[in-house]
Amino acid sequence: MSTSSVSKGCFVFKPTAKKKKKKTLGLEDYFIHGCEGDENRELRFKLCQDLWDKIKTDTEVLQDELNRKILDSLLDFTRKYSSTRQHSAEDWASRMRASEIPTAALVLGVNVPDHDMTFQSLSELLQQTVTPYVASVQAKECGALKHLIQRVLERLMGTVVSVDDEEAEHISTQHHKSVHCSLSTLCDWYNTKTKKSSTPGKKRSCPVGDQQQQQPPVVIIFKDLEAFNPKVLQAFILICSRYVEQLPLMFIFGIATSPSTIQHMLPHSVSSLLCIELFQSLSCTQHLATVIDKLILTPHFPFKLSSKVLQVLISIFLYHDFSVRNFIKGVQLALLEHFHSQPLSVLCCKKKEAMFNVTQLSHLDLERVRQLASFRRYVENQEPQEQVKLLMDDTHLQEVCQKLIKGLHKYHKNYYPVLRSLHTLTSSLPRYPLGKQIRELHLLCLEKNIWENEDYQSAMKLLGLLAKDELVASLQRCAEILEQVKSKKMKNAHVQLQDLLAKFKQLDQSSDETAANGEEITSSVKSLQKKTDLFHLQKTLLEMKESRRFKKLSPFEILRNEALEFMDALVRCHLSPPESQTLNEVCYYSSSVVVRHHLNATPRTSIQAALSSPYHYLQNDSLKTEDGTVSNTAPDICIVYKLHLECGRLINLYDWLQAYATVVCAAEGNDPDSDNFGKVDEIKHVRFIQAVSELEFLGFIKSTRQKTDHVARLTWGGC
Amino acid sequence: MATLLQHPGYEEEKLQKVAEKLLCREIQAGMLLLLMGNPQQYSYPSVFIYGHRSSGKSHLMHILLQELELPHATISCVECVSVALLFEQVLLSLFGCDAASLLPRSPSLSDFVRIYRQQCAQSPAKQTRYIVMEKAELLRDMDANLLPVFLRLQELVEDNVTVILLSEIVWDKFRPNTGCFEPLLLHFPDYSKGELQQILSKDCHPSYSAEFYSSYIKILLGVFYSVCRDLRELRHLAALNFSKFCEPLEEGKVKESDTHKLWRNIEPHLKKAMQTVYLREVSSIQWEEMQQMEEKETGAVRGLSAHTHVELPYYSKFLLIAAYLASYNPARTDKRFFLKHHGKIRKTNFLKKHEKTSNHLLGPKPFPLDRLLAIFYSVVDSRVAPTASIFSQISSLVTLHLLTQVGHDDQLDVPKFKCAISMDFICAISRTVNFDIVRYLYDFL
Repeated sequence: MSTSSVSKGCFVFKPTAKKKKKKTLGLEDYFIHGCEGDENRELRFKLCQDLWDKIKTDTEVLQDELNRKILDSLLDFTRKYSSTRQHSAEDWASRMRASEIPTAALVLGVNVPDHDMTFQSLSELLQQTVTPYVASVQAKECGALKHLIQRVLERLMGTVVSVDDEEAEHISTQHHKSVHCSLSTLCDWYNTKTKKSSTPGKKRSCPVGDQQQQQPPVVIIFKDLEAFNPKVLQAFILICSRYVEQLPLMFIFGIATSPSTIQHMLPHSVSSLLCIELFQSLSCTQHLATVIDKLILTPHFPFKLSSKVLQVLISIFLYHDFSVRNFIKGVQLALLEHFHSQPLSVLCCKKKEAMFNVTQLSHLDLERVRQLASFRRYVENQEPQEQVKLLMDDTHLQEVCQKLIKGLHKYHKNYYPVLRSLHTLTSSLPRYPLGKQIRELHLLCLEKNIWENEDYQSAMKLLGLLAKDELVASLQRCAEILEQVKSKKMKNAHVQLQDLLAKFKQLDQSSDETAANGEEITSSVKSLQKKTDLFHLQKTLLEMKESRRFKKLSPFEILRNEALEFMDALVRCHLSPPESQTLNEVCYYSSSVVVRHHLNATPRTSIQAALSSPYHYLQNDSLKTEDGTVSNTAPDICIVYKLHLECGRLINLYDWLQAYATVVCAAEGNDPDSDNFGKVDEIKHVRFIQAVSELEFLGFIKSTRQKTDHVARLTWGGC
Repeated sequence: MATLLQHPGYEEEKLQKVAEKLLCREIQAGMLLLLMGNPQQYSYPSVFIYGHRSSGKSHLMHILLQELELPHATISCVECVSVALLFEQVLLSLFGCDAASLLPRSPSLSDFVRIYRQQCAQSPAKQTRYIVMEKAELLRDMDANLLPVFLRLQELVEDNVTVILLSEIVWDKFRPNTGCFEPLLLHFPDYSKGELQQILSKDCHPSYSAEFYSSYIKILLGVFYSVCRDLRELRHLAALNFSKFCEPLEEGKVKESDTHKLWRNIEPHLKKAMQTVYLREVSSIQWEEMQQMEEKETGAVRGLSAHTHVELPYYSKFLLIAAYLASYNPARTDKRFFLKHHGKIRKTNFLKKHEKTSNHLLGPKPFPLDRLLAIFYSVVDSRVAPTASIFSQISSLVTLHLLTQVGHDDQLDVPKFKCAISMDFICAISRTVNFDIVRYLYDFL
């Protein structure tokens, strides 16, 4: 390859094939690279991978279940229309409106990233049960009408369709047979297809009636209706309506906002060609609640999020995107980070595995265990003899660790049912002192001792005022929750609760007694009516008040207090925050800063940080300065940035250059009194221009026509 | 009426057939026949027919050419996404698929003319060929030379061919500024009420008498004629509501002749249909189901526009609120609303003349991104870091059509937006975040 040429120019060197042969790194290599703790990183990677796979499949199953209802109704919709088409020949009324295209408006909510999965399963389901002809299109690939038609044809027919003159040449070289891009092509293709498939043998296995199979509908899914160009869509619908008699077309519109967008996008002349039916999907907050319920509030996954991390993830969801998929991605990130950065995460797995892994811990790992904050607290509470043993004897420590891990698992086993029962009790209270959603209660419990919380106390007070039937009903539900748990303590609790409930029932039968009690009071009131003397009246009223205060509580009230005390005891016993548990660091991922840093990036702040304090990123000691100042040895752009902060809205370029030159001269160590000081030479000039254009590229300044030799600032505020 | 459709060039029988199928368009058909002349004679090069939607333009052309068995090509211009497709369809229907396959990839107009001539020489025209172009207004958006060429195609290909353009727009809007051949203009007026009645009565239900159906149509037109004269739409409505009309008859309550009772039964029903089906608030199948369910729970199916509620993330709501404020408040008043010590500003003195009219009447005004963010930060109650997701929310609001971007030229250089939502919508949104938007709107001070 020679580059000798008469003229100057650029030459392209394509990389040689050899270079490409570099070993491609697998996932594991990336994980292991820069990982804390060398010995068990492969094991940790495996654990992490397994856990993530499980989470992934579980969430997918969950999503399918949640979508089942709406998908089923959509399937019914398509079946209904394709069957009415068959009968339309006989029916007078449906013959009259045969030119309408059946359309399902599917309202999915603004969490657009989540929709992909829904559409994926929808088209799969449609293909399995109703029709093999399903095409889904996105707005970004259909800028013009011809591209839309091309995409639809391609996806339905599975061939390459030529549209453009430039593309044509490329396509003709391929061995695919290219066809013309029009709906009549599709029509012909459909006719041959359906005729062919009616001959036995070559059929797709569809569990639908024969009659329907003759003419399966052609479904076109518009994934994001709002983003489509209205003109394109209108033209497409007009064209389709011309063919609807030969081609059983059907549309599905994915709508992110509200169904009225259809009316905004399509004029009446077009929307009258559609027969629109509305489908509303589950709201994303409900979706999140289910995901949290199944993924986080369960002892099945050993990996846990601390309150701060969970808070970050939930606030990203609520404040920014409403996307469940992003939430799960966030969990995945936390999971990876945890296994990557915490060497002791080998113990974050199923109980049996963890027991085994404890025996495999090296001396170094055990030292790490000794350094854990929770473990040190544990040691401090032990006898001095035991303390020495724990700190010196590795095998003893392993045994203790096993015990502790067991304890941790037990803690989780009891924590969630108690959390749920507390939630069932408090979620019906007015004003929701402990939150409407269980995740709020969970966050409160993770933070600190819930029973020290004011809201908890007020909730307990409110519970103390509950009427009997409400209380019994929610206690009943608590009992149901506790019943499902296979743990000794929960079994005990369940038995106790059942006893309480039985007592409440007995109360019903002995209600006559309370009636008698009531009589007592009424009799005293009667006696009150007899007396007319003011003094006596006062006296008796006081007496009555006293008696009411110290009055023997009614049996129901006693029982109610008993029940509440029981619940309170349960809460105090099992809902202590995880920080109080020894070895919690093994399971809990707590660095919320990292998560926020990765998921909720702040490009502007980082740029500003880089410019105003270059030491932050460069870590060069010569750049270290006090607050608010920039060393004169800093990169040019930092100096220029600092100088521009001192200016107003318009910056004089010449002044700026002078100031810059002075700073740089000082950095070069020139004598401030010499003549040359502050002189602008060619190199400084070039450096300055480069720095200014970098600033312009970053969006801090722009050129302006208001004044010559000036640039305008685009940010406000100064030093 | 058959007297109108007489022409020595065509067989009497066929003309009779045409006349039967063309209701209320005899004058136009006769005029066209006169223009077409005898089949073997040259006809006028181009004819331009215009009239409102469903005034029978395509139908008439279709019937005429079909029944008289004239060689023709009918093309809908919506379908022709490229010129190639247009040429292909013309050649295909006039000369068969061999001719169409002769077209090179991405043909030019001269390719088309060349092949047309070539084919024409092989099979010279015995009678006039017709090219009918529906929705001809779209020809204007294609290549600039296309429309002038089709207007004088006869000259170019030296063949007995006539181009008929159908459109809903008058010819004045077509005329290119370079000038072109003027086609003959033919206007199709709207159908009158009587004509509509006549046409609609034709598709009578097979199991009922014609008079009965005709009386039904009369009632239907009485309700709908004032809002809708579109034949297609009326036909659709007639089909949908007929079963309801027949209901008392089927139950044996009234006789076919008792129109008054039938009218009393159907009238409120039709009025309801006007608000829902006509506006496509509910689909026709849903409407039929509603009729079967009947009075039990008619409120069950809500129309499309009833669902206006949109769930949005917390900051998106505030971004929208900020955008609304930026769109409807004059920029100079921001200081008054969002600074703590703004001092008193009198509304009357402070205002420029044009600002005195309500901003809500004038519609949203564009605002730069900086202003949006400045208002956003002062409106939202907590400190918000300027994260990437805040910016991405703005762009997703744009794709959802809640904001619109003004001036697409430069994305980097201070993009401008407009708020595209209604007052009701923003009020509903701000209520969910406990923000009293009316207090911040300049119009409501």
